[in-house]
Amino acid sequence: MEKRAYESTGETLIRPIIRRGRAYYTFVFSLMAVIVWGGYAYYTQLSEGLVVTGMRHIVLWGLYITNLVFFIGISHAGTLISAILRVTGAEWRRPITRMAESITVFALMVGALMPLIDLGRPDRMLNLVLYGRIQSPIIWDFISIATYLTGAIIYLYLPLIPDIADLRDRLTWKGWRGRVYKLLSLGWNGSEEQRKRLERAIKIMSVIIIPVAVSVHTVVSWIFGMTLRVGWHSSIFGPYFVVGAIFSGIATIIIAMFVFRRVYHLERYITALHFKHLGLMLLALDASYIYFTISEYLTASYGAEAADLELLGALFWGQYAPEFWVFAIGGLVIPAFMIALPRTRTPAGVTVAAILVNIGMWLKRFIIIIPTLSRPMLPYEWGQYQPTWVEWSITAASVAGFILLITIFSRFLPIVSVWETVGERMATEGGIPLPSTFTMAANTHSVPLSGEESDRV
Amino acid sequence: MRASRRSFVKAVGGATAAIAAFFGLAGRDFTLFTKAVAPSNGGKPRKWVMVIDLERCDGCKKCTEACINENLVPPTFGAEPSFQGFQEWIKVFELNHEEGAAHQHQEAGAHLPTPCMNCQNAPCVKVCPVGATFYSEDGIVLIDNTRCIGCRFCMAACPYERRFFNWGEPPHSAQEQLIEYDPRYPVPHRRGTVEKCMFCAHRVEKGRLPACVEACNKAGMKAIYFGDAFEDVVTNGSEVVRLSELLSRRGGYRLKEELGTKPRVYYLPPTGR
Ligand code: SF4
Ligand code: SF4
Repeated sequence: MEKRAYESTGETLIRPIIRRGRAYYTFVFSLMAVIVWGGYAYYTQLSEGLVVTGMRHIVLWGLYITNLVFFIGISHAGTLISAILRVTGAEWRRPITRMAESITVFALMVGALMPLIDLGRPDRMLNLVLYGRIQSPIIWDFISIATYLTGAIIYLYLPLIPDIADLRDRLTWKGWRGRVYKLLSLGWNGSEEQRKRLERAIKIMSVIIIPVAVSVHTVVSWIFGMTLRVGWHSSIFGPYFVVGAIFSGIATIIIAMFVFRRVYHLERYITALHFKHLGLMLLALDASYIYFTISEYLTASYGAEAADLELLGALFWGQYAPEFWVFAIGGLVIPAFMIALPRTRTPAGVTVAAILVNIGMWLKRFIIIIPTLSRPMLPYEWGQYQPTWVEWSITAASVAGFILLITIFSRFLPIVSVWETVGERMATEGGIPLPSTFTMAANTHSVPLSGEESDRV
Repeated sequence: MRASRRSFVKAVGGATAAIAAFFGLAGRDFTLFTKAVAPSNGGKPRKWVMVIDLERCDGCKKCTEACINENLVPPTFGAEPSFQGFQEWIKVFELNHEEGAAHQHQEAGAHLPTPCMNCQNAPCVKVCPVGATFYSEDGIVLIDNTRCIGCRFCMAACPYERRFFNWGEPPHSAQEQLIEYDPRYPVPHRRGTVEKCMFCAHRVEKGRLPACVEACNKAGMKAIYFGDAFEDVVTNGSEVVRLSELLSRRGGYRLKEELGTKPRVYYLPPTGR
C-alpha cells in the first residue's frame, strides 16, 4: 500500500488513513451493533406507532426532541471554533478546525433525523415540502437546518481540497479510493492562483456561516418560545439556546480532541495549549450560561405568578429536582471550578469538565422540554413521562451514529488539516508554503507548536 | 424604451405583489391550501358558538359519553385516567380539588366541561407546518387527518390541551369502515394524527345540534347552548335565547381570555353555589 516512506511531520496526520488496525474494526462494528439495535427499535415504532414510546397526552414530546436540541447544539462547535477563530486569525486554531467542522456536519445530520423519527406519520414527510406553511416555526427550522447543513458541508469541504489532493498524490492507490480522491480534489495542484481562490472562498464561507449558525439555534428555540406555555414563552430563549449550543459545542470539541490525540498520537499537534485555550472559552461560556439561567429563573420566580411557581417548584424541589441539580451543580458549577483552578486545568481535567458539561446540557434540554409539557394547562394532574426502551435505544443509536460518522471520516481524510498545520509551520519557518506538493524532506520533526512535553501550560 | 419601461414597471409590480403575498401569508388568519369547506347556510357564513352554563352542569359526563359514541372517539392508548379509557374531546373537570387552585376557575364544587374552544385566533392553526389544521368557513377549527404529519406542535401550542393524538392504531369497527372520511367527521380515525372536538360539524351543517348539547338536554341539565353569533341566538335544545342578552345578564366569560385566542366557547359562572 505505502509507496513512500514518510519521514515528515505530516506522516502522523495521515497514518490513520493508511493503517487500520483490529481495534478500529472492532470499534466500528460495536458502534454498528448499537445502530442496528436502534434500527430495530425504530422498526418497532414504525410498525406499532408512537404507542411504543413513553409519550402521551399531555407530555407529547420526549427524548427525540431533547436529542434534536442536543445535537443541533453540538453542531455549533464547528461554527464557533472554526469560523470565529478563522475570522479573527487565531493561529492556534489550525490543528482543530477540521475536527470542529466535521463535528458540525455529523451532529447536524444526526440532529436533523430526530424530528423525523418523532413524527407520527413519517410516511407523509414530503408534506413539509408540498404544503409547507411559512408561518409555522417548524418550517423555519426545516429551512434553516437545511441551509446550515449545506453551508456546513461546503465549509468542511473547502479546506479539505488541498489535503485530498495531497492524499491523491502521496498514496497512489488503485481502485475506488484513488478515484474518489482524484474526483474530490477537483484538479488541485497547489498553484498560487488556486490557493488564493481557495483562501478567499474559505474566508467568505467562514463569515457567512456564523449568522446562519446563530439563526439555526434561535429558530430551534422558537419552536418552544412561540407557544403560549409557561417556561417556554420567553424572549430570552433565542440567545439562551445559542449560548447553550456554543457551550456544548466547545465541550464536544474538547472531548474529540482528547480522544483523537490519544488514539492517533497527535500530541505533537494538539497540545496542552489547545486544551487551555478551549477550556478557558468553555469557562467563559459556562459563566454566560449560568448568567442566562439565573436571569431566566429569577425573573420567573420574583414575579411569583402561580403558574411560574408551580413549574419552578417542580424543578427546584419537585419531580424534576434530580435532573435540575445534576445539571446546575454537575454541569455548570463543578466544570467551572475544574477549569478555573490551574491544578485541574490539564488536558485530562478539561476533558472531564467537558464530559460533565455535555451530560449537564443534555439534562438541561430534557428539563426545558418535559416539565413545561407535564405542567397541565387546565386542572389536570401533572403529566408523567417515562421513556421506553425504544426511545433509549434510538437515543443510544443516534450517539453511536454520530461517533461512527466521525470515526469513519477520520479514517478516510485527515482529522487535522495537514496543509494548514504542517504547511503553515513550514511557511513560517521558511519551508515550502505550498500545500499538496510539499516535499517532506524539509523540516522533518520540526519543533512542535508549543509545550508538547508538558501537559500543563 | 417604452417597452422596457413597461416591463420594468411590471417587474416592480410583480415584486411588490410577491412581497405583499408573503406578508399576507404571514398574517395570522390565512391558511395556505385551506380545504374549502362549504358554509352550511347557502353561502351565508355562520359563526357557531357554544355557551356552557356552569350553574346547571352537575358533572354527569353525559356530554362526554355522547361525544364518544357519536364520533367513535379513539382510546387514549394508556394516557392519564380518562372516561372509560377514551379520549375526552369534551372533558368535564371537577374544580373543587386542590389542583384547580392554581387555575382560573375555583368555584367550589363546580364542574367545567371543556370542548375544543374553536378559537378564532387559534394557536394550533398558526403553528401547523402543513396546513393540516384550518378554519372552516363557519369558523370551526378542523383537522385534515389525511395531511397531518403527526408532529404534535399544535398540541404543544393549544393553551387548553384540547387536542389528542392517536398514539397507536385506533380500533376500527365495521360501522366505521363504511363512512367516507371528511374533516367535518374524521372517521375512520387514523394512527399518528391529531384529533379533537369539531363542534360536530357534520351535524350542525344539517341543522342538528352537537351530540353533547343534545345529550345534556336529554339528561335534563340543559347546560350547553349552541347557536349562531351572527343571528345572536343560541339554544340548549329546549329554550331559544338571545346570545348577547344571556352573556351580559349572567356575566359570561371565556377561558384564558387574556391569551387573545378568541375562543368560541363561553361560560356562565355558577352564581348560586
Ligand atoms: S382550543 Fe386548542 S385545539 Fe381548539 S381551537 Fe383553540 S387552540 Fe385549537
Ligand atoms: S400534528 Fe398534524 S395538525 Fe398538528 S401541527 Fe402537526 S401536522 Fe398540523
